[in-house]
Amino acid sequence: MEPQLSWYLALSAVLFTIGVTGVIIKRNVISMFMCIELMLNSVNLTFVAFASFFQDVTGQLFVFIVMTVAAAEAAVGLGIIIAIFRNRESLDVDDASILKL
Amino acid sequence: MDTQTALDIALKLVAITVAFTVVLLIVAYTVLAERRVLGFIQGRLGPNRVGYGGMLQPFADLLKFIFKEDIVPDKSTRFIYFLAPVVATMAALMTMIVYPFGPELRIPFTDIVIPLTIARLDIGLLYVLGITSIGVYGIMLAGWSSNNKYSLMGGLRSSAQMISYELALGMSLIGVILLAGTLDLAQIVEQQSGWHGTRWFILFHPLGFVIYMIAAIAETNRVPFDLPEAETELVAGFHTEYSAMKFALFFLAEYINMFTVSMLATTLFLGGWNVPFAEDIFGRGTFLFGLVSAIGFILKVIFFLFLYIWLRGTLPRFRFDQLMNFGWKILLPFALLSIFITATLIFLFPNL
Amino acid sequence: MLVLLFILFAGMAIGCALAVVAQRNPLYSAISLIGVFISLACLYVMLAAPFIAAVQVIVYAGAIMVLVVFVIMLLNVEEEAHRRPRLKFLLPVAIALSAVLIAEVAFILVSVQESRITPASGSADVGLTQSIGSALFTRYLLPFEITSILLLMAIVGAMTLARRGGLLSGNDKTRRD
Repeated sequence: MEPQLSWYLALSAVLFTIGVTGVIIKRNVISMFMCIELMLNSVNLTFVAFASFFQDVTGQLFVFIVMTVAAAEAAVGLGIIIAIFRNRESLDVDDASILKL
Repeated sequence: MDTQTALDIALKLVAITVAFTVVLLIVAYTVLAERRVLGFIQGRLGPNRVGYGGMLQPFADLLKFIFKEDIVPDKSTRFIYFLAPVVATMAALMTMIVYPFGPELRIPFTDIVIPLTIARLDIGLLYVLGITSIGVYGIMLAGWSSNNKYSLMGGLRSSAQMISYELALGMSLIGVILLAGTLDLAQIVEQQSGWHGTRWFILFHPLGFVIYMIAAIAETNRVPFDLPEAETELVAGFHTEYSAMKFALFFLAEYINMFTVSMLATTLFLGGWNVPFAEDIFGRGTFLFGLVSAIGFILKVIFFLFLYIWLRGTLPRFRFDQLMNFGWKILLPFALLSIFITATLIFLFPNL
Repeated sequence: MLVLLFILFAGMAIGCALAVVAQRNPLYSAISLIGVFISLACLYVMLAAPFIAAVQVIVYAGAIMVLVVFVIMLLNVEEEAHRRPRLKFLLPVAIALSAVLIAEVAFILVSVQESRITPASGSADVGLTQSIGSALFTRYLLPFEITSILLLMAIVGAMTLARRGGLLSGNDKTRRD
């Protein structure tokens, strides 16, 4: 008996849900960022599972591109977080809820 | 599971144990060799009292480390404090399973063929690069968890240096991948065999070799790039607060890293286990050929280790901003240039 | 045998993911997230995608998380200590909504299970570096080029944001340090 496709999809769904829960619960902006990365990874798992079970390499290519986009987003996002931290001296998301500096 | 799978797993476990023991022994004697060679360079004798000429010194050091008092700083985060040396050592040791130590050994009067590579991964080179990236965490977490400003600064500087030079390391290896056409390390060594040493990749990619050596020295935090952990700067950097066995693990991790990087240089550039005239004398696939090739591999690795120790005794250290400047503004463009040169060479002379 | 491995790696992934959400110290969350990435890389190897597994370790666990841990250490982020009273309803709501989400997905999965897809993993021809490379440079060349421009934009953006004088400091060339 081998792991079925639906098992991988179920694992991906559970990881995605945990990521969504984290984004809602957490108040530290870096922790929220990490939960977003968790969601991206669960989607990557879905892509790779489908690529493996349908013998198509397109899924893995998409994962490659998603990883690249996630890296770019991490760099710019952390730059923004540092810039906000310099201004407001706090990493709480609620402290950054108004647009006025 | 059936007996064939169980036999395979048992064989792999034996192979891993043997490789682990060999690596640890070589690393222990590298520490001794470093102290003696440095002594000769600096005009003094190294440690030569314990055993004949100092040969039992590593064991004496080991006993000292085991019996030393283990000091844990008071306000450190304990889980990360204990995790950091484990991560560093694990990442150093995990890379050794993909290196081809030799061709297949054939036991003389039987039919058993023992492959001298523990795991023949299709993505061997990427695996090594990945594990090297994980090794950065050991240093970062050590610097943070010691709750000491100097450790934190040392840890951050050291990890910034490591991730900067990882780029140049990876790029210099792209030329080798272009020449070989595969990421499998055993295949790369196979492609350098024959023609008595004129097909070693160092001849076709020399700039890449130089860049690789420089980046490798920076990756392993050795002189001239060892500002973050030197004894006279920053009070020994990220391993200030570690004593006894945990410090021994960091020390070990650094030397195993050195060994691993030398093995990678030998495999990729100097032809791995290919000894120039061994094929004519012994013939492929015999036991003596395998043995001579494995010994040749170890000798080449020892040459690289000697090079490291030689550089330690000779060159002064870089300042940290000079180091980062060199890594990003000089080494990275040269690495890109080396890829262009090698790609042009392959395009113009497709005779390999 | 494969089922055991799947349960091991999936359990590790879910455990570390729960630790990411439940830990209050962001450094521990980051370390748990690295655990999630590594267990996902092991799952990719099981799914005959070794190249993607190696790239996952190199890019995610080895570069992105190093950046995140750097930022956590530099900004000296503390634990989430007190909770302000007006957001207290979020935790039960989050758990309730996530339960709804899991129920929806479970329904979809049960209905997918009835249509039998032949599990054809293991024949390792689709995840090799060569097939990914040849597809990337022939059929999917446009996404590849666009991704490279995206990376260039990210580099320029990150450098602009992290400049010492801030975004609007002007081109003051007389300062040299």
